[in-house]
Amino acid sequence: MTTSTETVSAAEHIFETAQTPVQRLRSILHRYPALSPAIVLLVSIIVFGMLNERFLLPGNLSLITQQVAIVGTVALAQTLIILTAGIDLSVGTAMVLASMVMAVMATENGVSAPVALLIGLTVGLMTGLINGMLVTKLRLPPFIVTLGTYSIFLALTLLYSKGSTVRGTDMPALMTWTGKSFPVAGVNVSYGVVIMFLLYVIMAWVLTTTAWGRHVYAVGDDPEAARLAGVRTTWVLRSVYISAGAIIAIAAWLQMGRSSAASPNAGADLNLDSITAVVIGGTSLFGGRGTVWGTLLGALIVGVFRNGLSLAGLDVLYQTLAVGILVIVAVSLDQWIRKAR
Amino acid sequence: MTTTTASATTAPATSKGAGTPVLTARGLVKTFGRVVGLDGVDLDLYAGEVLAIIGDNGAGKSTLIKCLTGAEIPDAGTIELDGKEVHFRRPEDAKEQGIEAVYQNLAVSPALDVASNLFLGRELRKPGVLGTLFRQLDIKKMRARTREELNRLGITTLQDVTVPIESLSGGQRQAVAVARAAAFGSKVVVLDEPTAALGVRESNQVLDLVRRLRDQGTPVILISHNMPQVFEVADRIHIQRLGRCAAIVTPDSHSRTDAVAIMTGAAEA
Repeated sequence: MTTSTETVSAAEHIFETAQTPVQRLRSILHRYPALSPAIVLLVSIIVFGMLNERFLLPGNLSLITQQVAIVGTVALAQTLIILTAGIDLSVGTAMVLASMVMAVMATENGVSAPVALLIGLTVGLMTGLINGMLVTKLRLPPFIVTLGTYSIFLALTLLYSKGSTVRGTDMPALMTWTGKSFPVAGVNVSYGVVIMFLLYVIMAWVLTTTAWGRHVYAVGDDPEAARLAGVRTTWVLRSVYISAGAIIAIAAWLQMGRSSAASPNAGADLNLDSITAVVIGGTSLFGGRGTVWGTLLGALIVGVFRNGLSLAGLDVLYQTLAVGILVIVAVSLDQWIRKAR
Repeated sequence: MTTTTASATTAPATSKGAGTPVLTARGLVKTFGRVVGLDGVDLDLYAGEVLAIIGDNGAGKSTLIKCLTGAEIPDAGTIELDGKEVHFRRPEDAKEQGIEAVYQNLAVSPALDVASNLFLGRELRKPGVLGTLFRQLDIKKMRARTREELNRLGITTLQDVTVPIESLSGGQRQAVAVARAAAFGSKVVVLDEPTAALGVRESNQVLDLVRRLRDQGTPVILISHNMPQVFEVADRIHIQRLGRCAAIVTPDSHSRTDAVAIMTGAAEA
């Protein structure tokens, strides 16, 4: 309600008093949720750059983007699911399953490389479809569903590949093409990084300019309100899981290029790392709030911290410690920003 | 009020509004496991009237309107709209036929802005290839139409249609929900406890909106616990008790005390 002109109550008086700088900052951060991870990224780049001059070398920056590409792509899929108030614990094993199918098809089954990629992509879609159907048909919490499919996809991967790694040198060139890079103004940019970035551009555009995008947010916000408003919530949820599956399959291709191999033991940390990137990027685990750009920044922050601390000569354990602290700080900051008016 | 019958408690067809009803329900049954929600309910809604539904908690008010608006599928019974039988499987089915509802506590999506909420589930797309192939939303047009609708309905408390709902007061949120129903409800508008969370001034604004809709010819079904409001705005009152329609009364034929007595079972209809 607007304040009436004749009387101003004590509370209304507070609304009308000028905001302190801290309050104003909080309002701005509230309105632009990707701003706080952007500031954190900028500050950490400056700090690590001052700590070690090698950090800002083009070669090192290129390395960071390549290290971030896979977790960044998987985190994009994770963002979609978390926006609908879900969570996907199976992203890592789904990606490994897709990459093993691609690699084994192309090497042992003699399928041509583009077809092997397409089959792997279909497998990725299927993992998403399975998760989506279980979440919508059986109405089980996504946490439980994907905890189960995490093990199922892992077992399928080991059964299918018999536990052996396929080396990149045995694969057709297309399978590891994403690891190749081209120079842009002295910095080597890998095709994998370009693909990841394109996926972010497409997803950001779809989420902000289409009805489907609105519906993803509405379903995550309040599924019952969305359903009663006429949103086909079941269809929205299924399409989100299927899209996530497709993105994960593309991540599988990036993974083969990056490590020049397809290993059934890769990607064990991807589940939690992708959730970490989403959370640091300011997306709410309760759904309905967040942006994909925040997630990209979140993934970059983790990459910068790991790389910077390693250049500073610290043990890998300290990197993990730092990432843990980052998550707690990010969520606390998010809680504080939410109180803005 | 043009009610002529002394015993308006029996045949709804004899009360206000000549001719055939807009919306008719016969013998609606809805069960949830062993719990009976509706136990054979009849309902008639005539053009240009406000029909209030009152009843104790668990009497089946919300279940009844959910069946009428496609949010629940009745186990038995028929629903007719303009004399034609309809089968609503989803809320969209009812919306397509011009029946709009505001459900209790489930009105809006807090993170989306006012215009997005008004058009949620029926977004406008840009003309041409951008809209058909690339599915681009026409955000400008949706915002302009939202402002038009709010003006037409006389809702003055919402100035900025681009702010997220979560930054609005309870009354403003309710205004958005009611405006959405009013804007798209060409045949029937259903409101479940639209004033429950509102203050006096905001409640009056919603009731004014209800009257304005009726005067424009759109019949309104209103669920409320607030007896003064019901007797102020309703043309007829459908009293729901233990899953059945206990009586249909009018503010002229019965007092508030009578209505409450029928509602609680203290008096026979």
